Amino acid sequence: MTDTFDKGNAAFIAKRYASERRFKAYGAVALAVSVLFLVYLIVDIGIKAWPSFFEHRVVLEVNLDASKIPADEVLKGDFEGLVRGSLRSLFPRVTTRGDVRSLTSLLSAGAADDLRQDTAANPASIGTTVRAGALLGDDSDLYLKGMLTTTLRMPGTTNLQLAQSGEEFILTGDLSQLAVGQIVRANGGALRITGVEAGLAKAEAILPPATLNSLTPGTWDILSFSRAEADRRIDDRQVVLLEALRDKGVIEKHFAWRFFTSGDSREPELAGLRGAIFGSLLTLIMTLSLSVPLGIAAAVYLEEFAAKNKWTEIIEVNINNLAAVPSIIFGLLGLAVFINFFGLPRSAPLVGGLVLALLVLPTIIIASRAALKAVPPSIKEAALGVGASHQQAVFHHVLPLAVPGILTGTILGVARALGETAPLLMIGMVAFIVDVPKGFTEAATVLPVQIFLWSDLPEIAFQSRTAAAIIVLLVILFGLNAAAIYMRKRFERRW
Amino acid sequence: MDASPQMPTLSKVPRILNERETKIVASDVNVYYGEKQAIKNLSIDIPDRAVSAFIGPSGCGKSTFLRTINRMNDTIDGCRVTGDILVDGKNIYDRDLDVVQLRARVGMVFQKPNPFPKSIFENVAYGPRIHGIAKSKADLEEIVVNSLKKASLFEEVKDRLDHSGTSLSGGQQQRLCIARAIAVNPEIILMDEPCSALDPIASARIEELIDEIRQNYCIIIVTHSMQQAARVSQLTAFFHLGDLVEFGDTDEMFTTPKDKRTQDYITGRFG
Ligand SMILES: Nc1ncnc2c1ncn2[C@@H]1O[C@H](COP(=O)(O)OP(=O)(O)OP(=O)(O)O)[C@@H](O)[C@H]1O
Ligand SMILES: [Mg+2]
Repeated sequence: MTDTFDKGNAAFIAKRYASERRFKAYGAVALAVSVLFLVYLIVDIGIKAWPSFFEHRVVLEVNLDASKIPADEVLKGDFEGLVRGSLRSLFPRVTTRGDVRSLTSLLSAGAADDLRQDTAANPASIGTTVRAGALLGDDSDLYLKGMLTTTLRMPGTTNLQLAQSGEEFILTGDLSQLAVGQIVRANGGALRITGVEAGLAKAEAILPPATLNSLTPGTWDILSFSRAEADRRIDDRQVVLLEALRDKGVIEKHFAWRFFTSGDSREPELAGLRGAIFGSLLTLIMTLSLSVPLGIAAAVYLEEFAAKNKWTEIIEVNINNLAAVPSIIFGLLGLAVFINFFGLPRSAPLVGGLVLALLVLPTIIIASRAALKAVPPSIKEAALGVGASHQQAVFHHVLPLAVPGILTGTILGVARALGETAPLLMIGMVAFIVDVPKGFTEAATVLPVQIFLWSDLPEIAFQSRTAAAIIVLLVILFGLNAAAIYMRKRFERRW
Repeated sequence: MDASPQMPTLSKVPRILNERETKIVASDVNVYYGEKQAIKNLSIDIPDRAVSAFIGPSGCGKSTFLRTINRMNDTIDGCRVTGDILVDGKNIYDRDLDVVQLRARVGMVFQKPNPFPKSIFENVAYGPRIHGIAKSKADLEEIVVNSLKKASLFEEVKDRLDHSGTSLSGGQQQRLCIARAIAVNPEIILMDEPCSALDPIASARIEELIDEIRQNYCIIIVTHSMQQAARVSQLTAFFHLGDLVEFGDTDEMFTTPKDKRTQDYITGRFG
């Protein structure tokens, strides 16, 4: 009898263990899947963002011609002209208007900005020749990062004869290396192969060669591309010029501090996050300075002082509901109340902060109440027992013990506010703003809105910037969370 | 109505009430939690400078009555008290009574040790500080040291007054709580099962402590241990289902209980 009992029991226990193991497995799988998603997301964004943290410049010898720079207003000097002139001097054989335009189009619209600032800071350099890094445009930059096409260089290993008939060039000899679409760089020029027939190859000039000398192995090379000219944002002539610059060794790659130190711009290579970061900062200051005191005061009052009656119950239910209201509703409210009724300025961190404060208030109240509730009642009883008033018991004992929890709730609220976009769109923080905001009432944008704005732009470079801005936002959020954890640990350790 | 149904068991006034002044006089006290009545028409006199023990089965209202004496029940929603409780002739349920002052006069030690999560020093210093008892820092230190000595804890903690109160053992924590209660100079100390979370040795120390300090205070202790009640108290009150069944001198209660229910309880036949 004991035997059968034992058997039944063993089977039962085995079943129980199996169910436990199964449950553990479910948990592990769920965890693995979510970690996988997260890693994929972060790696994907990281890969996309990486190029944005670097920029290419062409280093030029610029003669700061005093006649082009007014001594009293250095900033108004024609630095663009000087930089372009210097770039052109690297290519004495680029003379036709089209070629010159191709050459200068390699530069960013802000290529001379750095030189202008440097010169203004150091006027003594006017009249001398300086080495200046001129920022390349986004397309040149992307090409150099290999994001527009992969370029293959093959050294020429055969003998070819070159002849010209009208506009067309003819190559004869061993044509085994040549194919349509390739560029042959020889004799100081560049030819694009337009057709390979029996015994001869036709080509057109991209940069006219200086001579028609025969090509011997080692004196010429071939550029071929993974993407045809029509499918990329940079044409063959620009590629040839960039490759020539690269061969001269004047192209440098630098960390793009500009991305953090300049405001928004229509030019991807000039666009930066400074405006958005400051906008976010001002908005958050506004949000925090409003929602934290209000939220904690409301939580303390509701949890510790308010009578438990119908009214407080209604308020409680409403606070819980407010926490679940879609954020865009708060944006509409902000638009209607703060902007239309009170006439506060549009697009301003002041209004953004007010709207976000309303948005995170319920979160902070709920978290703070939970934290207050979690303080053991015995502590309050102890304080009351030695004759502390209710208020003293709350402020001397309960609230300090609830601080870590309140802090966590607040940080969660801030994190939500920092990532919130929709309500800010409603109050006009979506405008294109170049300047860094200097006050709470100036037009500004914030990080998530900046991401939203950039993600909408067609330029490939902006897609990368978008990813980079997301990384910056994530880093700030992680920083905030780390700070919260650190502070919580510190407060807990005090006891 | 008067309290005559309870009176028959009180054929004679307990000896201790003749030997000491009466500190607390409760008459016709009823306590309700919402609709539920937890204390029914209770009347009792409690002597000063002696230990009174409340005993009775679980849920009979000992804690409830104890908490009416320092009005801790005020903090419970829906709790209502009727009747009079006089401390030194003053009704503590008068409208003009300051609860904070009352609680300074009526200290309380709880079932589970509940030191503040602060330093040992701060635990004891908190009461004197909020009542403005100490004139100076040195004064405060003296009060703390004296209170800890009275609670016979000082020798054990004198080198670590800045350590957290929660880092002490359970028995030490409870003595810390007693020191904390003593520090504000109360006249009455209420103890709700102060030893129930402690081992016999720690309990014995608390009992010793109660014995040492009883000359200076009116102490009321709730306990489930008959031996403890017999050892430390001079007056014993037996509660049953919200009624005060019987109260009298401890030695008589335990040798010659008058009520059948008391007899059954202290001999362990129910409870
Ligand atoms: N906060 C409360 N709300 C409602 N009813 C309560 C509350 N506290 C106590 N009661 C009820 O009042 C009665 C007396 O409770 P009390 O805590 O005074 O008993 P006790 O004698 O101290 O019991 P124990 O020995 O278990 O501590 C019990 O029936 C209890 O259920
Ligand atoms: Mg009790």
